Amino acid sequence: MAFFLEALFGGLMAGMLYSLVALGFVLIFKASGVFNFAQGAMVLFAALAMARFAEWVPDWLGLESKFLGNLVAFILAAVLMYALAWLIERLVLRHLVNQEGVTLLMATLGITYFLDGLGQTIFGSDIYKIDVGMPKDPVFFLDSVFPGGVLINLEDVYAACIAALLVVVLSLFFQKTGTGRALRAVADDHQAAQSIGIPLNRIWVIVWFVAGITALVAGIIWGSKMGVQFSLTTVALRALPVIILGGLTSVPGAIIGGLIIGVGEKLSEVYLGPYVGGGIEIWFAYVLALVFLLFRPQGLFGEKIIDRV
Amino acid sequence: MFYRENGQFKTSYRSDQQIFAIAQDRWAILALIAFAIVGVPLLVDEYMFRAILIPFLILSLAALGVNILVGYCGQISLGSGAFMAVGAYMAYNSYVRMEGMPLIVALLAGGFFATVVGIFFGIPSLRVKGLYLAVATLAAQFFCDWAFLRVGWFTNNNASGSVSVSNLNVLGWTIDSPLDKYLFCLAFLVVFGLLAKNLVRSAIGREWMAIRDMDVAAAVIGIRPVYAKLSAFAVSSFIIGVAGGLWGFVHLGSWEPAAFSIDRSFQLLFMVIIGGMGSIMGSFFGAAFIVILPIFLNQFLPWMGGLVGVTISTALVSHTEFMIFGALIVWFLIVEPHGLAKLWSIAKQKLRLWPFPH
Repeated sequence: MAFFLEALFGGLMAGMLYSLVALGFVLIFKASGVFNFAQGAMVLFAALAMARFAEWVPDWLGLESKFLGNLVAFILAAVLMYALAWLIERLVLRHLVNQEGVTLLMATLGITYFLDGLGQTIFGSDIYKIDVGMPKDPVFFLDSVFPGGVLINLEDVYAACIAALLVVVLSLFFQKTGTGRALRAVADDHQAAQSIGIPLNRIWVIVWFVAGITALVAGIIWGSKMGVQFSLTTVALRALPVIILGGLTSVPGAIIGGLIIGVGEKLSEVYLGPYVGGGIEIWFAYVLALVFLLFRPQGLFGEKIIDRV
Repeated sequence: MFYRENGQFKTSYRSDQQIFAIAQDRWAILALIAFAIVGVPLLVDEYMFRAILIPFLILSLAALGVNILVGYCGQISLGSGAFMAVGAYMAYNSYVRMEGMPLIVALLAGGFFATVVGIFFGIPSLRVKGLYLAVATLAAQFFCDWAFLRVGWFTNNNASGSVSVSNLNVLGWTIDSPLDKYLFCLAFLVVFGLLAKNLVRSAIGREWMAIRDMDVAAAVIGIRPVYAKLSAFAVSSFIIGVAGGLWGFVHLGSWEPAAFSIDRSFQLLFMVIIGGMGSIMGSFFGAAFIVILPIFLNQFLPWMGGLVGVTISTALVSHTEFMIFGALIVWFLIVEPHGLAKLWSIAKQKLRLWPFPH
């Protein structure tokens, strides 16, 4: 039982991180109808920026405190993500309005290649560390209930809390602020939003920036977990089943989908993996999502797809 | 002046329904094939065969298959690399496990198994569509990557999943020099190209296009979506599977699952989009573009660096290559979202009026 709980918790924590990446996808898809394959590249790019700035900034400014260094690095990385969002809107999206979904998808793949190259050209291509003071020690709890207790990585708990906090902040932003309302209006109907005077282009910059920030947070968490390296981009591929499971257009869907995928992946790897040779996490998530899709083609929380002739 | 159909009267159904209705087209295609068989071997060296021409032929065959599914039937698939892998590994298994298996039959068997897998992973297309389907087809990609790495049977229990074939021969013709390989692939490409061209203008091709344009409307006028979608998956994955077999057997010789990773799927999709969706010709253009571009950049960048007096390290070259490739893709999508085939047809239209446009 303790073992099961350990796997379950591990899955939930991993799931929280997947939802963080999935959130970036959903935000952009909702507001601009672009299926943003570049989210993974953005995670890598943001994490690289953060890691390197944290290394360089103390030298430039002569800062002693690590906290200040990290803070400045975070702000710089955020500014960089804003510049990126602006450039993407200006150079790519603006020219591709009203194109088919697949063309836009391919454009974001192009952006992916570009960002991968750019990030590694500017920031180098080694493995970098991000140290934001996340505790690395595992802790045991529930010792009184089970013999030996349940082993939990404190780092994962922190990460999950940060992810949850980000989700709360984002939903407040979406529900309570004027900009958030404008974003939701654009998501509902581009033309109607435009007709009441919401500037589409600025909304897109904002939404890509918000996605960039989620990428930055995801990048920091993943980066401090396993180091900033090229394989971070695969995180995006892990998050894809999450969004089709939760629905491409639903923020709560991304969260719950992430949890389901995280848990499913972990449990399958632990209980099913040994029989078939292991390493099944990656496709099991997809198959799980597929099974859900067969019953609900729009995902768990997606808007119902209505076809009209 | 030369390219117009004035005076070409069609006096029988047969002549009305030819693949290439205009005589100039027919001659151009025949001349092109003749040139590819006779002229090219005289002109190019071994490096060109190995680095450009053979990959181009095989990948355009694969792009042809992807184009049938994505361009003609409108089902976005990101699992093409997986179907190539199935083609390659099953061709390998039928070639190695059965004594005296002819090479061509083995390759076709690879295609057959790819068809089966393709139909299986095409089943979700009956329920989900568009981008949801695109992600769903990734399941095929990751499952196959995993299966060929972990299931020993496929790879003769090789731990890294790498296999190799040698001594290819067809009816006593040993295929080992680059020229032989080139001709072998060319033969496949010509046959499949003609088949595909014919298929897309037949009843079933029109069904695919109807499904692509609007599947509900197509169902209303009596096209069975199940049959149309699954047949598109079947035909497409058969062609992709054969291309996969050729890629493994002829181009690589020995390969491992990484040769058919998700990057391959993206690459094929790029070819289709850049070449032009829903165009056989477009597949060739796209394949040529995607095959040649990285090679060109690889040669061009150090030369550029040398020109301005900077030595560019290999790592920087590969990163810059990524950047330029990505930027070019985006630029291309912006200036010509309908692909190279569109430019081609515009050029043909212009040529018909040349030199006296009205």
